[in-house]
Amino acid sequence: MNIHEYQAKQLFRDYKIPVPDGKQTATPEGAEQIAKELGGDSWVVKAQVHAGGRGKAGGVKLAKNPAEVAEFSRSMLGQRLVTQQTGAEGLPINSLLIEKTYPIKRELYLSALVDRGSERIIFIASAAGGMDIETVAHESPERIISVQVSPAAGLQAYQCRKMAYALGLKGAQIKALEKIMFGLYDLFLAKDASQIEINPLIETQNGDLLALDAKINFDDNAVAIHPDILAMKDPAQEDAKENRAQQFGLNYITLDGNIGCMVNGAGLAMATMDLVKLKGGRPANFLDVGGGTTIEKVSEAFKLILSDHSVKAVLVNIFGGIVQCDIIAAGILAAVEEVHVAVPVVVRLEGTNAEQGRALLSNTGLNLYAADDLDHAAEQVVALSESAA
Amino acid sequence: MSILINKDTKVICQGFTGKQGTFHSRQTLDYGTQLVGGVTPERGGETHLGLPVFNTVEEAVSRTGADASVIYVPPFYAADAILEAVDAGIKIIVCITEGIPILHMLRVKAAMAGTGALLIGPNCPGVITPGECKIGIMPGSIHLPGSIGIVSRSGTLTYESVDQTTKQGLGQSTCVGIGGDPIHGMNFVDVLSRFQADEQTKGIVMVGEIGGGEEEEAAEYIKAHVTKPVVAYIAGLTAPSGKRMGHAGAIVTGGKGTAEGKVAALKAAGIEVVNSPTDIGLAMKRCL
Repeated sequence: MNIHEYQAKQLFRDYKIPVPDGKQTATPEGAEQIAKELGGDSWVVKAQVHAGGRGKAGGVKLAKNPAEVAEFSRSMLGQRLVTQQTGAEGLPINSLLIEKTYPIKRELYLSALVDRGSERIIFIASAAGGMDIETVAHESPERIISVQVSPAAGLQAYQCRKMAYALGLKGAQIKALEKIMFGLYDLFLAKDASQIEINPLIETQNGDLLALDAKINFDDNAVAIHPDILAMKDPAQEDAKENRAQQFGLNYITLDGNIGCMVNGAGLAMATMDLVKLKGGRPANFLDVGGGTTIEKVSEAFKLILSDHSVKAVLVNIFGGIVQCDIIAAGILAAVEEVHVAVPVVVRLEGTNAEQGRALLSNTGLNLYAADDLDHAAEQVVALSESAA
Repeated sequence: MSILINKDTKVICQGFTGKQGTFHSRQTLDYGTQLVGGVTPERGGETHLGLPVFNTVEEAVSRTGADASVIYVPPFYAADAILEAVDAGIKIIVCITEGIPILHMLRVKAAMAGTGALLIGPNCPGVITPGECKIGIMPGSIHLPGSIGIVSRSGTLTYESVDQTTKQGLGQSTCVGIGGDPIHGMNFVDVLSRFQADEQTKGIVMVGEIGGGEEEEAAEYIKAHVTKPVVAYIAGLTAPSGKRMGHAGAIVTGGKGTAEGKVAALKAAGIEVVNSPTDIGLAMKRCL
């Protein structure tokens, strides 16, 4: 789960990680008022959307007076911001963060994340802050420093000092970085984060360290036990269909093709998308109805797929294990009748009671095609999507 | 021979009296697995499915001689269940539970180091040696005792591989679902090394997916140590970057963990990689 920058910065404050003075607002008047209260001679107006690359997309603007803060705010609020990470439709700007500006001497990078390889929380730092860290890692890996934290011992001060010296920090800055890293580590554990990124972490002209940006991702498996984090969820920043799918315990991801896919199991769902592509088609979605599929879930899944109007044909691929294919077939029939499916549906059933399931689906008068193997099913659905287009 | 489990393996079930535990234990018994009892705190002394229920794993082990355990407890209690099994001396721990917080698994893995216990999963279908012992949620009926070792991160793609190798008449020695979570127990290399050493196993099917670097490690291991034919399939060529594809571990981040990268690494190691998930069985037969 993602949260907004202003929410992440509030969590930083709670964990004694220094951030710029600033406040969130949803109106131009509010923005102007905040600028006046903050004081100073310039302010930054930052669009609050769940995506990176805001600066280049015009979502971060520097204002020279409070009137300009209001003006920029007016031009941003209610618009959709399109960045490299959002896709063409962009994300809505419903909220802004207004901050004081600070004279920057250097931009650094600092993050904490779960590293799958070492099975540890690791910290990554670089003196090349403000840049895309993956680009830095790719082009100049020697500029990346990392430390691994033992789950038993926890973060140690020497690890922070190692980072600080490698970043070229001196004197009081060593302790300052230590405090930031311990704050990040405590926050990470207390709230079940999966990644926290500060890019950039700035060194100001007078030597202070400040988290100019803040990005936190939380472990989806753990948010249920953190009501404070769950309350920060902003559905407006997420795909509406993906939100609805979540409510019904379905794993759904929107893609840009025209063949709807409904599959049981995440691996088989990915494999089905790949196979559609291999046969020359384009999948419209990833959809895993889960192992314990019920008639209700099948019906909801159908509604979800058909709410995407670019879908020209649907491929249902079920490998019945514990779940019986005849029950799935009955579910499909119920769903097709209930939601008036106008597009052709190719169904491949394999495993437990597959034959009974296929028998149920044949001769129904509906736009249903029972395929006897997955290869054939994929070819058939691609052909049907092309003839419909 | 098979790997990890066989007809002599004695299994207990943690979360025995719950809905999942009950349903799957019944299937496991029907398959002929030596399920010898179960654990549900505060239900000790009862009988469930004709088997004894214990309050603790320690008690279950001392009374039944169990050497394997299967876990069906809810995600927030699963780490506790795994460590209880480790502490009681269980050697093969199969955790079916999906949705365990990743920080729980970091601590579990660190605590398990050096204990000698093997963890399969979490978020996996389990492990089966056809005709001998089934531990997990896989449908027993599609399996056939035979010569192919199967290792996979995905449940349903394991079933596909099983079904195809059964239809080709090859059958399976042992099938191991290592699970779809980013931090998990046995990895590809742990299983591949056992298949290589197992006489019954004549060929190996390996099913990977996007996310992490375990397929790349497996490719290097196979090149150096595995002499048996390996057929691999990688799911997720069409998966968009930065999106979790159902499994918590199936995500491409920062250009790492892509299907293309994994396929390239496997091919570079001389491994037969099939483009279509429907070609696994045929390709395996061809390679033998």
